[in-house]
Amino acid sequence: MIELRHVNKTFRVAKRNAGMKEALKALVFREYTQVQALRDISFSVADGEMVGYIGPNGAGKSSTIKVMSGILTPDSGECCVDGLTPWKSRKQHVRNIGVVFGQRSQLWWDVPVIDSFELLRDIYSIPSSAYRRNVDELTELLSLSELLRTPARQLSLGQRMRCEIAASLLHDPGILFLDEPTIGLDAVSKIAVRKFIKARNRERKTTVILTTHDMQDIEALTERILLIGRGQILLDGSLSQLKQRNSRTKKLNISYSTGTFQPLEGVQLVAEFGGHAEFLIDTEVIGVSGAIQSLAQNIEITDLSVEGASAEELVVSLYKEFAI
Amino acid sequence: MKLYLKYVAMHLRSQMQYKTSFFLTVAGQFISSFSALLGVYFLMDRFHQAGGFSYSEVLLCLAVILMAFSLAECFVRGFDAFSAIIANGEFDRIMVRPRNEILQVLGARIEFSRMGRLLQALCVFAYAVPRSGISWNAARACLLPLMVVAGAFVFAGLFIIYAALCFFTTEGLEFINIFTDGGREFCTYPLSIYGERILKFFTCIVPLALVQYYPLLYLTGRSENWQHALAPAAACLFLPLSLLLWRVGLRHYKSTGS
Repeated sequence: MIELRHVNKTFRVAKRNAGMKEALKALVFREYTQVQALRDISFSVADGEMVGYIGPNGAGKSSTIKVMSGILTPDSGECCVDGLTPWKSRKQHVRNIGVVFGQRSQLWWDVPVIDSFELLRDIYSIPSSAYRRNVDELTELLSLSELLRTPARQLSLGQRMRCEIAASLLHDPGILFLDEPTIGLDAVSKIAVRKFIKARNRERKTTVILTTHDMQDIEALTERILLIGRGQILLDGSLSQLKQRNSRTKKLNISYSTGTFQPLEGVQLVAEFGGHAEFLIDTEVIGVSGAIQSLAQNIEITDLSVEGASAEELVVSLYKEFAI
Repeated sequence: MKLYLKYVAMHLRSQMQYKTSFFLTVAGQFISSFSALLGVYFLMDRFHQAGGFSYSEVLLCLAVILMAFSLAECFVRGFDAFSAIIANGEFDRIMVRPRNEILQVLGARIEFSRMGRLLQALCVFAYAVPRSGISWNAARACLLPLMVVAGAFVFAGLFIIYAALCFFTTEGLEFINIFTDGGREFCTYPLSIYGERILKFFTCIVPLALVQYYPLLYLTGRSENWQHALAPAAACLFLPLSLLLWRVGLRHYKSTGS
Protein backbone atom coordinates (compact mmCIF):
# COMPACT_ATOMS: atom_id res chain seq x y z
CA MET A 1 0.00 0.00 0.00
CA ILE A 2 1.47 3.29 -1.11
CA GLU A 3 -0.16 6.51 -0.12
CA LEU A 4 0.86 10.06 -0.95
CA ARG A 5 -0.96 13.00 0.53
CA HIS A 6 -0.39 16.60 -0.53
CA VAL A 7 3.26 16.13 -1.35
CA ASN A 8 5.12 19.28 -2.39
CA LYS A 9 8.70 19.66 -3.48
CA THR A 10 10.47 22.74 -4.68
CA PHE A 11 13.94 22.95 -6.14
CA ARG A 12 16.05 26.03 -6.26
CA VAL A 13 17.71 26.25 -9.63
CA ALA A 14 20.50 28.66 -10.36
CA LYS A 15 20.06 30.27 -13.71
CA ARG A 16 22.31 32.33 -15.84
CA ASN A 17 22.48 33.31 -19.45
CA ALA A 18 24.98 31.88 -21.86
CA GLY A 19 28.37 33.46 -22.37
CA MET A 20 31.60 33.98 -20.52
CA LYS A 21 30.61 37.31 -19.05
CA GLU A 22 27.47 35.87 -17.58
CA ALA A 23 29.40 32.91 -16.23
CA LEU A 24 31.74 35.24 -14.39
CA LYS A 25 28.86 37.26 -13.10
CA ALA A 26 27.24 34.09 -11.78
CA LEU A 27 30.30 33.43 -9.66
CA VAL A 28 29.58 36.47 -7.58
CA PHE A 29 25.90 36.95 -7.90
CA ARG A 30 23.47 34.18 -8.59
CA GLU A 31 19.90 34.36 -9.57
CA TYR A 32 17.74 31.56 -8.40
CA THR A 33 14.38 30.46 -9.62
CA GLN A 34 12.08 28.28 -7.64
CA VAL A 35 10.92 25.32 -9.61
CA GLN A 36 8.01 23.53 -8.12
CA ALA A 37 8.68 19.95 -9.10
CA LEU A 38 5.72 18.49 -7.25
CA ARG A 39 2.63 20.34 -6.18
CA ASP A 40 0.03 18.79 -4.00
CA ILE A 41 0.50 15.27 -5.27
CA SER A 42 -1.97 12.81 -3.75
CA PHE A 43 -2.70 9.29 -4.84
CA SER A 44 -2.65 5.79 -3.50
CA VAL A 45 -1.65 2.49 -4.98
CA ALA A 46 -2.99 -0.77 -3.61
CA ASP A 47 -0.90 -3.90 -3.12
CA GLY A 48 -0.38 -5.87 -6.29
CA GLU A 49 -1.43 -3.03 -8.54
CA MET A 50 0.46 -2.07 -11.66
CA VAL A 51 0.47 1.64 -12.36
CA GLY A 52 1.83 3.50 -15.36
CA TYR A 53 3.11 6.93 -14.51
CA ILE A 54 3.26 9.16 -17.54
CA GLY A 55 3.99 12.74 -18.33
CA PRO A 56 6.35 14.77 -20.47
CA ASN A 57 10.00 15.31 -19.57
CA GLY A 58 10.46 17.36 -16.45
CA ALA A 59 6.90 16.84 -15.29
CA GLY A 60 7.95 15.37 -11.95
CA LYS A 61 7.80 11.65 -12.60
CA SER A 62 11.29 10.88 -11.38
CA SER A 63 10.88 13.21 -8.42
CA THR A 64 7.80 11.32 -7.31
CA ILE A 65 9.64 8.02 -7.65
CA LYS A 66 12.49 9.48 -5.64
CA VAL A 67 10.15 10.59 -2.89
CA MET A 68 8.50 7.18 -2.77
CA SER A 69 11.82 5.38 -2.71
CA GLY A 70 13.25 7.52 0.07
CA ILE A 71 15.87 9.40 -1.95
CA LEU A 72 14.21 12.78 -1.69
CA THR A 73 12.55 14.42 1.26
CA PRO A 74 9.54 16.47 0.21
CA ASP A 75 9.01 19.99 1.56
CA SER A 76 5.60 19.11 2.88
CA GLY A 77 3.04 16.37 2.70
CA GLU A 78 2.97 12.76 3.74
CA CYS A 79 4.05 9.62 2.06
CA CYS A 80 3.34 6.26 3.52
CA VAL A 81 4.62 3.03 2.02
CA ASP A 82 3.51 -0.08 3.89
CA GLY A 83 3.16 1.97 7.03
CA LEU A 84 6.60 3.55 6.78
CA THR A 85 7.64 7.05 5.83
CA PRO A 86 10.42 6.44 3.28
CA TRP A 87 12.76 9.26 4.26
CA LYS A 88 12.34 8.63 7.97
CA SER A 89 12.83 4.88 8.11
CA ARG A 90 14.97 4.69 5.01
CA LYS A 91 16.82 1.47 5.74
CA GLN A 92 13.78 -0.49 6.76
CA HIS A 93 11.75 0.87 3.88
CA VAL A 94 14.23 0.14 1.11
CA ARG A 95 14.45 -3.51 2.08
CA ASN A 96 11.07 -4.00 0.55
CA ILE A 97 11.51 -2.04 -2.64
CA GLY A 98 13.39 -2.64 -5.85
CA VAL A 99 14.36 0.28 -8.04
CA VAL A 100 15.47 0.22 -11.66
CA PHE A 101 16.72 3.46 -13.16
CA GLY A 102 16.66 2.81 -16.88
CA GLN A 103 19.43 5.26 -17.56
CA ARG A 104 21.72 4.32 -14.73
CA SER A 105 23.35 1.04 -14.07
CA GLN A 106 23.71 -0.60 -10.69
CA LEU A 107 25.98 -3.32 -12.02
CA TRP A 108 29.71 -3.11 -11.56
CA TRP A 109 31.19 -2.22 -14.89
CA ASP A 110 34.29 -4.38 -14.92
CA VAL A 111 33.33 -7.55 -13.12
CA PRO A 112 31.02 -10.39 -14.16
CA VAL A 113 27.35 -9.74 -13.43
CA ILE A 114 27.20 -12.59 -10.94
CA ASP A 115 29.78 -10.77 -8.78
CA SER A 116 27.51 -7.73 -8.65
CA PHE A 117 24.67 -10.03 -7.63
CA GLU A 118 26.77 -11.48 -4.85
CA LEU A 119 27.58 -8.05 -3.50
CA LEU A 120 23.87 -7.29 -3.51
CA ARG A 121 23.29 -10.49 -1.57
CA ASP A 122 25.62 -9.13 1.11
CA ILE A 123 24.16 -5.64 1.01
CA TYR A 124 20.63 -6.92 1.52
CA SER A 125 21.80 -9.83 3.70
CA ILE A 126 19.78 -12.27 1.64
CA PRO A 127 19.92 -15.79 3.14
CA SER A 128 21.92 -17.99 0.79
CA SER A 129 19.08 -20.44 0.12
CA ALA A 130 16.73 -17.65 -0.91
CA TYR A 131 19.51 -16.08 -2.94
CA ARG A 132 20.19 -19.30 -4.84
CA ARG A 133 16.53 -19.80 -5.51
CA ASN A 134 16.02 -16.25 -6.75
CA VAL A 135 19.08 -16.26 -8.97
CA ASP A 136 18.03 -19.56 -10.53
CA GLU A 137 14.51 -18.38 -11.08
CA LEU A 138 15.47 -14.99 -12.51
CA THR A 139 18.13 -16.60 -14.69
CA GLU A 140 15.52 -18.84 -16.19
CA LEU A 141 12.82 -16.22 -16.64
CA LEU A 142 15.10 -13.56 -18.08
CA SER A 143 17.40 -16.03 -19.87
CA LEU A 144 20.52 -14.76 -18.16
CA SER A 145 22.49 -17.99 -18.04
CA GLU A 146 25.05 -16.86 -20.60
CA LEU A 147 25.22 -13.30 -19.33
CA LEU A 148 26.04 -13.92 -15.68
CA ARG A 149 29.71 -14.64 -16.27
CA THR A 150 30.18 -11.66 -18.59
CA PRO A 151 31.44 -8.30 -17.32
CA ALA A 152 28.67 -5.71 -17.47
CA ARG A 153 30.64 -3.50 -19.84
CA GLN A 154 30.45 -6.19 -22.53
CA LEU A 155 26.67 -6.57 -22.41
CA SER A 156 24.34 -5.01 -24.92
CA LEU A 157 21.79 -2.56 -23.60
CA GLY A 158 18.99 -5.12 -23.75
CA GLN A 159 21.06 -7.76 -21.99
CA ARG A 160 22.13 -5.27 -19.38
CA MET A 161 18.60 -4.17 -18.69
CA ARG A 162 17.55 -7.76 -18.08
CA CYS A 163 20.40 -8.08 -15.60
CA GLU A 164 19.45 -4.76 -13.97
CA ILE A 165 15.91 -5.94 -13.44
CA ALA A 166 17.13 -9.23 -12.00
CA ALA A 167 19.51 -7.32 -9.71
CA SER A 168 16.70 -5.24 -8.28
CA LEU A 169 14.57 -8.30 -7.57
CA LEU A 170 17.13 -10.47 -5.79
CA HIS A 171 15.82 -9.49 -2.38
CA ASP A 172 12.16 -10.24 -3.19
CA PRO A 173 10.85 -6.70 -2.92
CA GLY A 174 7.11 -6.26 -2.62
CA ILE A 175 7.24 -3.03 -4.59
CA LEU A 176 9.12 -2.44 -7.80
CA PHE A 177 9.82 1.03 -9.17
CA LEU A 178 10.79 1.09 -12.81
CA ASP A 179 12.03 4.39 -14.15
CA GLU A 180 11.96 4.08 -17.93
CA PRO A 181 12.88 0.41 -18.03
CA THR A 182 12.58 0.02 -21.81
CA ILE A 183 14.43 3.14 -22.84
CA GLY A 184 16.65 2.49 -25.83
CA LEU A 185 15.84 -1.22 -26.09
CA ASP A 186 15.10 -3.02 -29.34
CA ALA A 187 11.69 -4.57 -29.97
CA VAL A 188 12.69 -8.08 -28.86
CA SER A 189 14.18 -6.93 -25.58
CA LYS A 190 11.25 -4.63 -24.90
CA ILE A 191 8.81 -7.48 -25.30
CA ALA A 192 10.92 -9.76 -23.11
CA VAL A 193 11.08 -7.12 -20.37
CA ARG A 194 7.36 -6.41 -20.55
CA LYS A 195 6.45 -10.06 -20.42
CA PHE A 196 8.61 -10.58 -17.40
CA ILE A 197 7.22 -7.59 -15.52
CA LYS A 198 3.69 -8.67 -16.24
CA ALA A 199 4.34 -12.21 -15.05
CA ARG A 200 6.04 -10.97 -11.90
CA ASN A 201 3.08 -8.77 -11.09
CA ARG A 202 0.60 -11.55 -11.70
CA GLU A 203 2.39 -14.38 -9.94
CA ARG A 204 4.13 -12.64 -7.06
CA LYS A 205 1.60 -9.85 -6.61
CA THR A 206 4.49 -7.40 -6.78
CA THR A 207 3.28 -3.82 -6.87
CA VAL A 208 4.77 -2.17 -9.93
CA ILE A 209 5.07 1.53 -10.57
CA LEU A 210 6.47 2.29 -13.95
CA THR A 211 7.37 5.53 -15.63
CA THR A 212 7.77 5.54 -19.34
CA HIS A 213 7.48 7.48 -22.54
CA ASP A 214 6.73 4.34 -24.48
CA MET A 215 2.98 4.05 -24.83
CA GLN A 216 3.27 0.44 -25.85
CA ASP A 217 4.64 -0.22 -22.38
CA ILE A 218 1.56 1.35 -20.93
CA GLU A 219 -0.76 -0.49 -23.26
CA ALA A 220 0.91 -3.84 -22.65
CA LEU A 221 1.36 -3.53 -18.92
CA THR A 222 -0.84 -1.25 -16.95
CA GLU A 223 -4.50 -1.00 -16.34
CA ARG A 224 -4.22 2.21 -14.44
CA ILE A 225 -2.43 5.34 -15.50
CA LEU A 226 -1.47 8.47 -13.66
CA LEU A 227 -0.78 11.52 -15.76
CA ILE A 228 1.47 14.15 -14.28
CA GLY A 229 2.24 17.51 -15.79
CA ARG A 230 4.01 20.53 -14.31
CA GLY A 231 4.18 18.76 -11.01
CA GLN A 232 0.47 18.06 -10.71
CA ILE A 233 -1.55 14.91 -11.07
CA LEU A 234 -3.86 15.67 -13.95
CA LEU A 235 -5.52 12.37 -14.43
CA ASP A 236 -5.89 9.14 -12.56
CA GLY A 237 -7.82 6.42 -14.29
CA SER A 238 -7.76 3.24 -16.28
CA LEU A 239 -6.51 3.15 -19.81
CA SER A 240 -9.87 1.95 -21.14
CA GLN A 241 -11.69 4.74 -19.32
CA LEU A 242 -9.37 7.18 -20.89
CA LYS A 243 -9.92 5.72 -24.30
CA GLN A 244 -13.66 5.99 -23.85
CA ARG A 245 -13.35 9.54 -22.77
CA ASN A 246 -11.45 10.33 -25.87
CA SER A 247 -13.43 8.06 -28.13
CA ARG A 248 -15.17 10.91 -29.86
CA THR A 249 -12.27 11.04 -32.23
CA LYS A 250 -11.94 8.22 -34.73
CA LYS A 251 -9.27 7.71 -37.28
CA LEU A 252 -10.36 6.92 -40.81
CA ASN A 253 -7.94 5.52 -43.36
CA ILE A 254 -9.04 5.60 -46.96
CA SER A 255 -7.54 4.34 -50.19
CA TYR A 256 -9.14 5.81 -53.29
CA SER A 257 -8.71 5.75 -57.04
CA THR A 258 -10.26 8.97 -58.39
CA GLY A 259 -11.75 12.24 -57.24
CA THR A 260 -10.85 15.08 -54.87
CA PHE A 261 -11.94 15.78 -51.29
CA GLN A 262 -14.44 18.42 -50.42
CA PRO A 263 -13.99 20.09 -47.05
CA LEU A 264 -16.40 18.66 -44.55
CA GLU A 265 -17.29 19.88 -41.09
CA GLY A 266 -16.05 17.57 -38.33
CA VAL A 267 -13.67 15.77 -40.64
CA GLN A 268 -10.04 16.75 -40.60
CA LEU A 269 -7.58 15.65 -43.22
CA VAL A 270 -4.41 14.59 -41.42
CA ALA A 271 -2.32 13.13 -44.21
CA GLU A 272 -2.62 12.45 -47.90
CA PHE A 273 -0.22 10.67 -50.18
CA GLY A 274 -0.46 8.60 -53.36
CA GLY A 275 -4.09 7.63 -53.26
CA HIS A 276 -4.14 7.20 -49.53
CA ALA A 277 -5.65 9.61 -47.00
CA GLU A 278 -6.01 9.75 -43.25
CA PHE A 279 -8.83 11.62 -41.52
CA LEU A 280 -9.76 12.37 -37.93
CA ILE A 281 -13.49 12.34 -37.42
CA ASP A 282 -15.11 14.22 -34.58
CA THR A 283 -18.07 11.95 -33.91
CA GLU A 284 -20.02 14.62 -32.07
CA VAL A 285 -20.18 16.71 -35.19
CA ILE A 286 -20.63 14.00 -37.75
CA GLY A 287 -21.14 10.23 -37.47
CA VAL A 288 -18.63 7.84 -38.91
CA SER A 289 -21.05 6.52 -41.53
CA GLY A 290 -22.17 10.05 -42.39
CA ALA A 291 -18.59 11.06 -42.96
CA ILE A 292 -17.91 8.06 -45.15
CA GLN A 293 -21.06 8.72 -47.15
CA SER A 294 -20.16 12.32 -47.79
CA LEU A 295 -16.62 11.43 -48.74
CA ALA A 296 -17.80 8.67 -51.07
CA GLN A 297 -19.83 11.15 -53.08
CA ASN A 298 -16.68 12.80 -54.40
CA ILE A 299 -14.17 10.00 -54.51
CA GLU A 300 -14.04 6.37 -55.47
CA ILE A 301 -13.12 4.50 -52.28
CA THR A 302 -11.19 1.27 -52.81
CA ASP A 303 -10.41 0.43 -49.19
CA LEU A 304 -11.07 1.86 -45.75
CA SER A 305 -10.50 1.25 -42.05
CA VAL A 306 -11.73 2.95 -38.88
CA GLU A 307 -9.73 2.96 -35.63
CA GLY A 308 -10.04 4.45 -32.22
CA ALA A 309 -7.14 6.63 -31.12
CA SER A 310 -3.99 4.77 -30.01
CA ALA A 311 -2.55 5.28 -26.56
CA GLU A 312 0.12 7.46 -28.09
CA GLU A 313 -2.42 9.80 -29.64
CA LEU A 314 -4.42 9.77 -26.46
CA VAL A 315 -1.46 11.03 -24.55
CA VAL A 316 -0.71 13.70 -27.09
CA SER A 317 -4.31 14.85 -26.92
CA LEU A 318 -4.14 14.80 -23.12
CA TYR A 319 -0.98 16.88 -23.12
CA LYS A 320 -2.76 19.29 -25.41
CA GLU A 321 -5.88 19.33 -23.32
CA PHE A 322 -3.97 20.20 -20.18
CA ALA A 323 -1.60 22.43 -22.07
CA ILE A 324 1.55 20.83 -20.74
CA MET B 1 32.88 -4.30 8.32
CA LYS B 2 32.36 -7.57 6.49
CA LEU B 3 30.52 -5.73 3.79
CA TYR B 4 33.34 -3.22 3.49
CA LEU B 5 35.77 -6.07 2.87
CA LYS B 6 33.47 -7.29 0.11
CA TYR B 7 33.66 -3.86 -1.45
CA VAL B 8 37.44 -4.01 -1.18
CA ALA B 9 37.44 -7.37 -2.95
CA MET B 10 35.18 -6.03 -5.70
CA HIS B 11 37.42 -3.05 -6.32
CA LEU B 12 40.48 -5.23 -6.36
CA ARG B 13 38.89 -7.46 -8.96
CA SER B 14 37.70 -4.49 -11.00
CA GLN B 15 41.06 -2.78 -10.98
CA MET B 16 42.92 -5.97 -11.82
CA GLN B 17 40.97 -6.02 -15.06
CA TYR B 18 43.32 -3.35 -16.27
CA LYS B 19 46.63 -4.57 -14.97
CA THR B 20 48.89 -2.45 -17.12
CA SER B 21 47.03 0.71 -16.32
CA PHE B 22 47.06 -0.19 -12.65
CA PHE B 23 50.80 -0.75 -12.43
CA LEU B 24 51.57 2.32 -14.50
CA THR B 25 49.45 4.45 -12.18
CA VAL B 26 51.16 2.98 -9.13
CA ALA B 27 54.54 3.69 -10.69
CA GLY B 28 53.44 7.18 -11.66
CA GLN B 29 52.28 7.93 -8.14
CA PHE B 30 55.51 6.57 -6.77
CA ILE B 31 57.61 8.75 -9.01
CA SER B 32 55.52 11.91 -8.77
CA SER B 33 55.71 12.05 -5.00
CA PHE B 34 59.48 11.94 -5.39
CA SER B 35 59.32 15.61 -6.25
CA ALA B 36 58.42 16.40 -2.64
CA LEU B 37 61.31 14.30 -1.45
CA LEU B 38 63.75 15.92 -3.86
CA GLY B 39 62.53 19.37 -2.86
CA VAL B 40 63.30 18.60 0.75
CA TYR B 41 66.61 17.05 -0.16
CA PHE B 42 67.92 20.03 -2.12
CA LEU B 43 66.71 22.61 0.35
CA MET B 44 68.15 20.80 3.31
CA ASP B 45 71.35 20.14 1.44
CA ARG B 46 71.76 23.89 1.20
CA PHE B 47 70.50 25.03 4.59
CA HIS B 48 71.10 21.92 6.73
CA GLN B 49 68.25 22.75 9.02
CA ALA B 50 64.76 24.24 8.86
CA GLY B 51 63.45 26.12 11.85
CA GLY B 52 65.74 24.11 14.07
CA PHE B 53 64.82 20.74 12.63
CA SER B 54 67.38 18.52 11.03
CA TYR B 55 67.17 16.88 7.62
CA SER B 56 66.13 13.49 8.91
CA GLU B 57 63.53 15.03 11.20
CA VAL B 58 62.00 16.86 8.27
CA LEU B 59 62.05 13.62 6.33
CA LEU B 60 60.20 11.90 9.14
CA CYS B 61 57.65 14.66 8.98
CA LEU B 62 57.29 14.17 5.25
CA ALA B 63 56.92 10.42 5.60
CA VAL B 64 54.17 10.77 8.23
CA ILE B 65 52.15 13.21 6.15
CA LEU B 66 52.69 11.37 2.89
CA MET B 67 51.55 8.15 4.44
CA ALA B 68 48.57 9.72 6.18
CA PHE B 69 47.51 11.39 2.96
CA SER B 70 47.85 8.33 0.78
CA LEU B 71 45.96 6.20 3.29
CA ALA B 72 43.14 8.72 3.33
CA GLU B 73 43.16 9.01 -0.44
CA CYS B 74 43.10 5.27 -0.91
CA PHE B 75 40.23 4.50 1.43
CA VAL B 76 38.24 7.70 1.70
CA ARG B 77 38.37 8.40 -2.01
CA GLY B 78 34.57 8.03 -2.16
CA PHE B 79 34.23 11.32 -0.31
CA ASP B 80 36.97 12.93 -2.37
CA ALA B 81 35.10 12.00 -5.56
CA PHE B 82 31.75 12.78 -4.02
CA SER B 83 30.68 15.42 -6.52
CA ALA B 84 30.96 12.78 -9.25
CA ILE B 85 29.01 10.30 -7.15
CA ILE B 86 26.20 12.80 -6.78
CA ALA B 87 26.32 13.93 -10.40
CA ASN B 88 26.09 10.49 -11.96
CA GLY B 89 23.26 9.36 -9.71
CA GLU B 90 25.30 6.80 -7.82
CA PHE B 91 24.18 8.43 -4.63
CA ASP B 92 20.53 7.79 -5.49
CA ARG B 93 21.44 4.15 -5.71
CA ILE B 94 23.14 4.33 -2.33
CA MET B 95 19.99 5.81 -0.84
CA VAL B 96 17.85 2.86 -1.96
CA ARG B 97 20.11 0.32 -0.31
CA PRO B 98 19.42 -0.75 3.26
CA ARG B 99 22.88 0.10 4.53
CA ASN B 100 24.65 2.95 6.16
CA GLU B 101 25.30 5.75 3.67
CA ILE B 102 28.81 6.43 4.92
CA LEU B 103 29.87 2.83 4.54
CA GLN B 104 28.48 2.76 1.03
CA VAL B 105 30.22 5.98 0.01
CA LEU B 106 33.47 4.58 1.38
CA GLY B 107 32.84 1.42 -0.59
CA ALA B 108 32.01 3.30 -3.77
CA ARG B 109 35.63 4.20 -4.45
CA ILE B 110 38.70 2.42 -3.23
CA GLU B 111 41.81 3.17 -5.20
CA PHE B 112 44.60 0.74 -4.81
CA SER B 113 46.69 2.63 -7.29
CA ARG B 114 47.30 5.15 -4.49
CA MET B 115 49.52 2.46 -3.05
CA GLY B 116 52.33 4.03 -5.06
CA ARG B 117 52.44 7.00 -2.76
CA LEU B 118 52.12 4.76 0.27
CA LEU B 119 55.07 2.73 -0.95
CA GLN B 120 57.09 5.88 -1.33
CA ALA B 121 56.14 6.98 2.19
CA LEU B 122 57.30 3.61 3.50
CA CYS B 123 60.64 4.03 1.74
CA VAL B 124 61.11 7.46 3.26
CA PHE B 125 60.19 6.04 6.65
CA ALA B 126 62.71 3.28 6.27
CA TYR B 127 65.31 5.85 5.42
CA ALA B 128 64.42 8.50 7.98
CA VAL B 129 63.65 6.52 11.12
CA PRO B 130 67.12 5.05 11.70
CA ARG B 131 68.77 8.40 10.92
CA SER B 132 66.44 10.60 12.94
CA GLY B 133 68.52 10.30 16.08
CA ILE B 134 65.42 9.77 18.17
CA SER B 135 66.06 7.84 21.34
CA TRP B 136 63.21 5.39 21.09
CA ASN B 137 61.13 4.28 24.02
CA ALA B 138 57.75 2.60 24.19
CA ALA B 139 55.77 5.85 24.26
CA ARG B 140 57.61 7.29 21.29
CA ALA B 141 57.31 4.07 19.31
CA CYS B 142 53.57 4.16 19.86
CA LEU B 143 53.36 7.82 18.97
CA LEU B 144 54.70 7.45 15.44
CA PRO B 145 51.94 5.17 14.11
CA LEU B 146 49.42 7.27 16.01
CA MET B 147 50.62 10.32 14.08
CA VAL B 148 50.07 8.50 10.80
CA VAL B 149 46.62 7.29 11.75
CA ALA B 150 45.53 10.64 13.15
CA GLY B 151 46.87 12.34 10.04
CA ALA B 152 44.83 10.02 7.85
CA PHE B 153 41.82 10.91 10.02
CA VAL B 154 42.34 14.62 9.50
CA PHE B 155 42.71 14.27 5.74
CA ALA B 156 39.67 11.98 5.69
CA GLY B 157 37.80 14.66 7.65
CA LEU B 158 38.76 17.24 5.02
CA PHE B 159 37.49 15.01 2.23
CA ILE B 160 34.25 14.50 4.12
CA ILE B 161 33.78 18.23 4.65
CA TYR B 162 34.30 18.67 0.94
CA ALA B 163 31.63 16.02 0.31
CA ALA B 164 29.26 17.66 2.77
CA LEU B 165 29.56 20.94 0.88
CA CYS B 166 28.67 19.09 -2.32
CA PHE B 167 25.20 18.50 -0.90
CA PHE B 168 24.65 22.24 -0.98
CA THR B 169 26.38 23.07 -4.22
CA THR B 170 26.10 19.78 -6.20
CA GLU B 171 29.24 20.87 -8.00
CA GLY B 172 32.55 20.19 -6.34
CA LEU B 173 34.24 23.01 -4.57
CA GLU B 174 37.86 22.91 -5.58
CA PHE B 175 38.88 25.42 -2.97
CA ILE B 176 38.92 22.70 -0.36
CA ASN B 177 41.97 21.34 -2.15
CA ILE B 178 43.87 24.24 -0.62
CA PHE B 179 43.51 22.38 2.64
CA THR B 180 44.00 18.85 1.37
CA ASP B 181 46.74 19.11 -1.25
CA GLY B 182 47.91 22.41 0.16
CA GLY B 183 47.96 20.96 3.67
CA ARG B 184 50.01 18.06 2.43
CA GLU B 185 52.55 20.38 0.83
CA PHE B 186 52.73 22.65 3.86
CA CYS B 187 53.26 19.73 6.17
CA THR B 188 56.35 18.62 4.34
CA TYR B 189 58.16 20.76 6.89
CA PRO B 190 57.38 21.14 10.58
CA LEU B 191 54.64 23.73 10.62
CA SER B 192 56.45 26.06 13.01
CA ILE B 193 58.77 27.28 10.27
CA TYR B 194 55.97 29.21 8.58
CA GLY B 195 55.45 31.42 11.59
CA GLU B 196 52.99 31.83 14.36
CA ARG B 197 49.85 32.53 12.32
CA ILE B 198 50.07 29.57 10.01
CA LEU B 199 50.80 27.34 12.97
CA LYS B 200 47.71 28.63 14.76
CA PHE B 201 45.61 28.05 11.68
CA PHE B 202 46.80 24.47 11.39
CA THR B 203 46.24 23.94 15.09
CA CYS B 204 42.78 25.33 15.53
CA ILE B 205 41.07 25.14 12.16
CA VAL B 206 42.62 22.35 10.18
CA PRO B 207 44.34 20.39 12.94
CA LEU B 208 47.26 19.13 10.92
CA ALA B 209 49.77 20.58 13.35
CA LEU B 210 48.34 18.28 15.99
CA VAL B 211 49.47 15.24 14.06
CA GLN B 212 52.74 16.69 12.90
CA TYR B 213 54.40 19.57 14.72
CA TYR B 214 53.44 18.96 18.37
CA PRO B 215 54.04 15.21 18.47
CA LEU B 216 57.28 15.77 16.60
CA LEU B 217 58.41 17.99 19.45
CA TYR B 218 57.78 15.14 21.82
CA LEU B 219 59.29 12.57 19.52
CA THR B 220 62.56 14.43 19.13
CA GLY B 221 62.78 15.15 22.83
CA ARG B 222 62.30 18.90 22.42
CA SER B 223 59.30 18.70 24.69
CA GLU B 224 58.37 16.46 27.57
CA ASN B 225 54.84 17.80 27.68
CA TRP B 226 52.43 14.87 27.57
CA GLN B 227 49.83 17.10 25.92
CA HIS B 228 52.04 17.25 22.87
CA ALA B 229 52.14 13.49 22.75
CA LEU B 230 48.38 13.26 22.98
CA ALA B 231 47.73 15.93 20.36
CA PRO B 232 47.14 13.37 17.57
CA ALA B 233 44.38 11.79 19.61
CA ALA B 234 42.70 15.17 19.82
CA ALA B 235 43.11 15.61 16.07
CA CYS B 236 41.09 12.45 15.56
CA LEU B 237 38.06 14.36 16.82
CA PHE B 238 38.13 16.23 13.54
CA LEU B 239 36.68 13.18 11.83
CA PRO B 240 33.46 12.80 13.85
CA LEU B 241 32.91 16.56 13.55
CA SER B 242 33.18 16.42 9.80
CA LEU B 243 30.86 13.41 9.70
CA LEU B 244 28.37 15.44 11.67
CA LEU B 245 28.51 18.14 9.03
CA TRP B 246 28.02 15.48 6.39
CA ARG B 247 24.89 14.26 8.15
CA VAL B 248 23.52 17.78 8.11
CA GLY B 249 24.27 17.96 4.39
CA LEU B 250 22.56 14.65 3.77
CA ARG B 251 19.28 16.15 4.86
CA HIS B 252 19.67 18.73 2.12
CA TYR B 253 20.22 16.18 -0.58
CA LYS B 254 18.50 17.21 -3.80
CA SER B 255 19.41 14.46 -6.23
CA THR B 256 19.98 15.24 -9.89
CA GLY B 257 17.64 14.79 -12.83
CA SER B 258 17.65 11.66 -14.91
